[in-house]
This record gives sequence, structure tokens and C-alpha cells, in this order.
Amino acid sequence: MSYAIPGFRHPNLPKNELGYTAKDYEGRVSTLCAGCGHDSISAAIREACFGMSIPPHRVAKLSGIGCSSKTPTYFLGNSHGFNSVHGRMPAVATGGNMANRNLLYIGVSGDGDTASIGMGQFVHAVRRNVNMVYICENNGVYGLTKGQDSATTDVGSVSKKGEPNALEPIDLCAIALQLGATFVANSFSGDKSQLVPIIQAAIAHKGFAFINVISPCVTFNNVPGSTKAYDYIRQHMASTNTVDFVPAEEEITTDYAPGTSEVVTMHDGSAIHLQKMDEKLDIHSRRSALALMQEYKAEDKVLTGLLFVDPDSQEIHETMNTTATPLRNLTEKELCPGSEQLQKINDQLR
Amino acid sequence: MKRDTVTNKFVIKFANVNGTGSASANSLFSKAIFRMGIPISPKNIFPSNIQGLPTWYEVRINEDSFLGRRGGIDIMVAMNPQSMERDVAELQRGGYFIYDSSKPIDEKLFRDDIDFIGIPFMEHCREVYKDERQRQLFRNVMYVGSLAALLDIELEVLKGLIHEQFKGKEKLIEPNVQALVMGYEAAKKEYECPIAFRLSRRDEVGDKILMNGNAACGLGAVYGGATVVGWYPITPSTSVIDSFAKYCRQLRVDPETGEKNFAVVQAEDELAAIGMVIGASWNGARAFTATSGPGLSLMNEFLGLAYFAEIPTVLIDVQRSGPSTGMPTRTQQSDVLYSAYASHGDTKYICLYPSTPKECFELTATAFDLAERLQTPVLVLSDLDLGMNEHMSDPLEWDDERKYDRGKVLTAEDLDAMEGPFGRYLDTDGDGIPYRTLPGTHPTKGAYFTRGTSKDEYATYTEDGKKYVANMEQLQKKWETARHEVPKPDIRTTGKPCNVGVIYYGTSEASTLEALHHLDRLHSISLDSLGIKAFPFSNEIKEFIEQHEYVFVVEQNRDAQMRSLLINEFDFSPQKLISLLHYEGSPITARFIRHVIRDNILQTATASHMRSYKR
Ligand SMILES: Cc1ncc(C[n+]2csc(CCOP(=O)(O)OP(=O)(O)O)c2C)c(N)n1
Ligand code: SF4
Ligand SMILES: [Mg+2]
Repeated sequence: MSYAIPGFRHPNLPKNELGYTAKDYEGRVSTLCAGCGHDSISAAIREACFGMSIPPHRVAKLSGIGCSSKTPTYFLGNSHGFNSVHGRMPAVATGGNMANRNLLYIGVSGDGDTASIGMGQFVHAVRRNVNMVYICENNGVYGLTKGQDSATTDVGSVSKKGEPNALEPIDLCAIALQLGATFVANSFSGDKSQLVPIIQAAIAHKGFAFINVISPCVTFNNVPGSTKAYDYIRQHMASTNTVDFVPAEEEITTDYAPGTSEVVTMHDGSAIHLQKMDEKLDIHSRRSALALMQEYKAEDKVLTGLLFVDPDSQEIHETMNTTATPLRNLTEKELCPGSEQLQKINDQLR
Repeated sequence: MKRDTVTNKFVIKFANVNGTGSASANSLFSKAIFRMGIPISPKNIFPSNIQGLPTWYEVRINEDSFLGRRGGIDIMVAMNPQSMERDVAELQRGGYFIYDSSKPIDEKLFRDDIDFIGIPFMEHCREVYKDERQRQLFRNVMYVGSLAALLDIELEVLKGLIHEQFKGKEKLIEPNVQALVMGYEAAKKEYECPIAFRLSRRDEVGDKILMNGNAACGLGAVYGGATVVGWYPITPSTSVIDSFAKYCRQLRVDPETGEKNFAVVQAEDELAAIGMVIGASWNGARAFTATSGPGLSLMNEFLGLAYFAEIPTVLIDVQRSGPSTGMPTRTQQSDVLYSAYASHGDTKYICLYPSTPKECFELTATAFDLAERLQTPVLVLSDLDLGMNEHMSDPLEWDDERKYDRGKVLTAEDLDAMEGPFGRYLDTDGDGIPYRTLPGTHPTKGAYFTRGTSKDEYATYTEDGKKYVANMEQLQKKWETARHEVPKPDIRTTGKPCNVGVIYYGTSEASTLEALHHLDRLHSISLDSLGIKAFPFSNEIKEFIEQHEYVFVVEQNRDAQMRSLLINEFDFSPQKLISLLHYEGSPITARFIRHVIRDNILQTATASHMRSYKR
């Protein structure tokens, strides 16, 4: 279906291929704390969608509960959004996706929402390879309930509360890799140049695309002893690669030194151009990603960038062989077997 | 023992060990009687276990079509040494105890008010079959053969059924028929056949079908246009999904491409199952889940979201005995209050109470129309007895003119034609039902944010108390609209002045109506009755209670849940409602209902009616 783009536009704003301006990707004004990492991620999502010329109304935004889960209000105001219940966004997204396979599903969650209450649902959405982008806005703390440690808080990390965390953290990227996620990336809300193309690549990916984004909470977890503070991440972040997303129609123009770059062609013809910072990473090998993450962690470094991608992955509709028409568009004609058939069924029951 | 012959009116019970293949022999027995035109009602009584524990199969045969549980056993087919003692004890005087006499039974078991019929089934099987598993399987078929002789079941009908059953596996027909005939002859040889209880061909079945409620719910969802299922296995609801998937595989798969017009997702738990249903329904598909008590408990938070955010949701709850894991394979009607008011905050849900497979089919299909029309959860409350046992039912019907009621959903054209902005929760029509849009409809109009937080009419977050109250009142108005949309109760009046009424719902129907029939015939007590089919209660229910001095409420739970619900929803004296409760996990019997009502009425005129009867 195609629709006329609304009439009035600021004449000077740059337009994307569909004729939309950046304004068309905005949402409401954020009510998060000034400086919250989550707001930068919303901005990156807006930029990624604008850059890829995604029709905003073809996106469904879903989230759980938390400061992070509030953010879908702050981007893509012409998309339907669903702020569900705490930790249960994956199920709602899965059901939504079952009903209409033709929309783009962007799920936003927090570390409490994903790694604690929603761990079960997260894990199973990965397993099912639901075709969606899943962004965990990871601040190592429960923001909305005022600063409790979360399951991703590092051992020894100290939040504003002042007590060092004693428990082992859950590494969501590692778990996603082990469970067979077909696209896994780690990024930082403060590094837009990395985050935007990663989100674009995740959108282009067919299957479950997981992005863990370290996203400092300025109010409860941006103190010197915290490993999720801006300063700490800036000092300890190491990239596996720089990522350039190249839409299907465009030619790859940048020249890279041979041996240090790699092009991954996505199923829709677009491409991810990777400029390798660490040659040891084989983007198609889970094992390589896991090993490298361990290695960096041992050196107190946080490895970011695209960690793994399987561009030929089979998403859940393909596995289930559901019809190409969105199920929600089917009518009585396709769905109801009719009275004659019912008579046959009655006969079998006599 | 001297006795009268009883034709086509008795109760026979099979005592088996689960996992020994008795189920298919038992259903062969039932089906044959059904094919002889005689109404039957079989019930499985089984443990929550896969192999080795006692199971029973109780069949009521009644040519007058009284097919609830009667109470009392006339014939026991005792194939399980483990349970023999209680099986003997359960027989009514004048009954028959049929057992495998390959091994002698304990003399202590003998009673002189019943007849013992011993046939050495295992001995015969050992002679004929080599394999141990085969011996066990054919012993089952063999006792069906003996029953054919003892009760006068037409052998040809049984043979016909065996041919149907093994269509495509013809090799199995011959040995099964052989076992059948072997049993038949063994009984003939040693006993005078038929015994006092016997069968004789009738034409009382007509075009009726034999179906279980879960199969009917699954099929109702197919006809009702469900495309997405999220579910998690739990007895006794699992076979609802099995049935839906089975019929979909037959009827909803493109023969060329194999592409499916449905999606069944086995979720990781019930929270996810209902979440998927809500996500799919929000996105415009007809979706449902099926569960039982423990699953319903887990689904609560999400149900509240669907109520408050106004998302169509269909949930089939096949009730079993609670609390907690309770008696997972026994029936009960004990989720009534919980379903009506599930989840925290002020909430209430449309509930439908089917009594027969036909109603399971119809009410499930209707649930989708109601859910989409009213944009709210609809719970279909079946139970284990209805769901997992075969019931004789009127044939299923579908009107090909019937269109799905997709409710108030705006298209892109509607949005373009609209003056003023779209407000997701604006009660434009004054019926409490707002308009919704589906994701992906229009590039610039109609998008909104679905949330579980309080919101204004434009779906914008608000904590303004007045706006919150306006929203809650709009939901209340919708509830009043629903009161007129849900199925009406079944009211039967005696036509005579009558100051006592009886209210029942769900699977208490058959036993209640039978009890009322006999009260009338045997004790000249004629009472009006009302079968509740839905919550919210329509005005007819209120009027019925008002028109009677007092009303019995028949239910299968301890706490008189429907009575509480009636008292809570209407403004009348609790004294008017007398509870009649049975909740031991077996279906309520006609006898129990009859006795309680009779005793009460005979003693009545006496003081307080505020008694309650429990068993
Ligand atoms: C069932 C349930 N339990 C608890 C809560 C309270 N709660 C709201 S947000 C939240 C934690 C959010 O943490 P996170 O997902 O990390 O999001 P952040 O605010 O840090 O972005 C909790 C516990 C809730 N909303 N629902
Ligand atoms: S509390 Fe933390 S996470 Fe929440 S908005 Fe403020 S900075 Fe962001
Ligand atoms: Mg957090």
C-alpha cells in the first residue's frame, strides 16, 4: 500500500528517499532526566530510521516497564506503540509479529526488564528468532524504582547507594550468543557514530537482532565507582570494528585497506561494511565473539561493536511456514471452513 | 439372585491401569452402544500420572437421554487388582462384578448382594499371543467381546467399528476381531447371556454427535477465525490446542505450498502465552489461549492490562480442582469468581459458561466476536468433565452468512474522512466502546500509544484524577453495554405458579435438569430453572431471582462462587440463595441434586432458608 505524504513540510529540512524529514521520526518530548543515556538511544533510533527511509507507520514499538521502556513515546510518533507490563515485551512482540509479519518491530527494554523479571521471555524470543530489533538499554541499575542494583551490575561496581555489588553480572550479549541469537551487538549510548549503523544493520537483519546498549543513568549510577558511568565506559570501551550501513540501492564507495575490512550482505541486499579494529573477531563465529569478549573483560575493557551476524538466518515465520499474507488480513473466506465441512465433521463424530 | 431385567438404563464402570491401552477398548464399547441408537455418557476418571496408576471409565447408558452423572454403579468391569477392593465396594446391590479369573481373587472381596462373573481373560490371551504387550492390549478387546455377549451388544457393530478404526492398518483388523470373538465366546460358554442389565437397539440418538468439549472449543476457534495461538501445556486444557491445530492442519494449509493460515506458538509459560495473544489481538488478529487454574493465576497481570488498555483477548479456561495444583485430573467449577474479577485494581471480565460440546463450539466462536466488539478479554469457562469427556450433543451448526464482528476498527479511509483528531479512548458513540486503529494503517493518522498506565481519551499518559475516573466510568459504561450483548440465560418455567427456582451453569446442567424432571415425576415438585450462560448477568437473571421466593444455586465448588457473584452483582438478600454444592472432583450427580432439593422442600416452610448443602 502506498499513501500520500502529508502536505506541509518545512521547505529547508533535508528529506529522505520517501520525502520524510527528521521531524517525521520524532516523538513526544522526553520526560527522562537530563543527560540520561536512554535519550541518546532514542535519538539514534530516530536517525537510523530516517536514514533508512523507514515509513514510520510501518513500525511497531514495544516495551516493558522502566525508564528505558518509556522511551518509545519519544521517537516515531506516527508509529503505534505498546508499553506492556514489566519484563513481558518479548511475548507481546512475538504475538504482534505473528499477526502481521510485514511490520518492523522495535522492542525497547531495560536491564531489569530483560535480565531479571523478563529473562525467561527474552531467552525464548531469542530461541524463536522472532523477526525484530531488541534493544536493551543497559544502565546496570533499576532507574525507575530509584537505584537498586540490577542483574547486569558488575561485581564491585558501586552505584549512588554506595554499596559495592557482590553478585556476578549477567552478560546479555554472551547469553544471546549462546542461545543462538542471529545478530548480536554491544554498543554505548554515547557513541552515536557506532550505534546508528548498528541499529540500521539490526533493522535490515532478518531474525532476532539483539543490541545491548550501555546507557548510563545519570541520577543513580553515574558515580566514580560505577562500571556503567559515562567516564568509565569512555575509558574502557574498545571497539571490535567500525560499522557502516549501506542501503540496498547504494554502492559501497569507501575504500578500506585490504584485510582489515569486510562486507556482510544482508538478505534484503543492503550491506554492513565493517572496518576491523581487532582482527581476531570473526563476525560469523559465535565462539570467536565469546572468546574475544572474555579476553577484553579480563583486561577490564568493554568490547563494543557488531559481535556476530548470521545474515541467512531463518526467522520464525519461515520456520513455521506461515502464509505470506499477514494473518491479521485473512477473512472469513480464508479462515472459516463453512457449513458443508462442518457436516462432514459431524459425520465423523457419529 | 432373582432380578428384573433393565434395558438401556444402567451405569457400567471399567477399572483399569493407566498406560495399558484400555482407553481405546473402552471407547470402542461406548461407540458401539451409541451406534445402536442408545444415548450414552462416558466419563474418564484418571490420575495425574502416565503409567501404572488406577483409572476408571464410567459409562452411563440411558435411553431417556439423561446423561449427567447418575450416581451408583450397576456393573463393574474390574481389570485392576490394585483397586479391586474399592471397586467391589462401589457396586450397588444387585450389581455385577466382572473380573479376570485367571488368578483367583481374595475371598474377602465376595459380597452376596451382587453377582460375580469371572472370565479368565489373561489365560486365553497367554495361549493365543506371544508378546506381553499384545496380551495386555488384546485382553482389553477381549473384555469388550465378553460384554457384547453379557449385555447384548451387536457384534456386527463392534466389528464395523474395528474396521473403521484400523483403516489403513488393515493387518490389525483380523487379530482385533479375533480377540473380540474370543471374549464373546468365553462369556457365552460359562454364563447365561444376556444378564439382567442389557441393551437393545433404539432410535434415540438421531443426528446427535459424540464429542468432547475441548475438541469443540478448538473447532469453534477455527470457525471463529482465530489465527494466532499462544499456549502452554496444562491438563485439562491441552487438547483444546491439539484440536485447533489438528483441524487447522486439515483445513487451513495451502495444499500446494504447505503454507499455513495459522500460527500456534508453544510459549515458555502462561505469562508469555497470554502476552502473545494480547500482542496479536492488538495487532488485529484473532488470537486465543487455553489454560487451566494454575495458568490462569499466572495470566492475571496481563489480563488487567488487556482490560484497562481495551485489547480483545480470548481465553479458554478448562477448570480443574484447585486450589494450587489441587486434583489436576479432576473436575470442578472453581475459577468462577477468579475469572470474573481477575487481576489487581477494579476489573471485571466477560465470562461464558458452556454446558455442552455444541455450546463449546458456539461460545468459543462467539467469544471472538464479543472480544473484538467490546475490546476486552472474554473467558470461556469450560471444565475437565466437559472438556475431556465425550458427550452426546446436538450436531454443530454454522451459518454461512455469518460474518465475523471485527468491532470498531478504523481504516485509513475512515481516518481520512474523520473530522477532528483521532482519540483512541474517546467514547464517540456513547456505548463505552471507543474506536481503535491497527498498527501500520495510515502514515500520519491514528497512531497511538497503548499502555497499562492511566491515560486520557487520546491515550496520553495522565495522572489527573478526573481523567482517570472518566476512563474508569467509560469502562463501566462498556460493561453495561456488554450486559446486553452476551448470551441470554436458558430459562425453563413449569407454567404453574412456582416460588422456588434453581440456577445452574456449565456442566451442572445435565444433572440438574434430570433431577428436576424426577422431582416433578416422583415427588410432584416442579421447579423453574435458569441456566446462566454469561457474565455480566443479564436482567433476566435478576428478574428470575426476584420472581422466586428462594432459589437453589447448583455448583461444583466449595465456596458457592456463583452465588457470591450473584449476590455481589445484584442487590438482593443473600437469604434467597441456597447453595447446593458438590466438589469432590467427580461430576455432580442427578441423585444428589434431587435428594437435596427434595429434602429441603419437604422440610420447608420451616424457618431459615440459609442452609447450604455440600458434598
Ligand atoms: C510486576 C512488576 N514488578 C515491579 C515493578 C516495578 N518496576 C518498575 S520499573 C522496574 C525496574 C526497571 O529497571 P530497568 O528495566 O533496568 O529500567 P530502567 O528504569 O533502569 O531503564 C521495576 C522493578 C513493576 N512495574 N511491575
Ligand atoms: S533515573 Fe536514570 S534511567 Fe531513569 S531517566 Fe533518570 S537517568 Fe534515566
Ligand atoms: Mg536499568
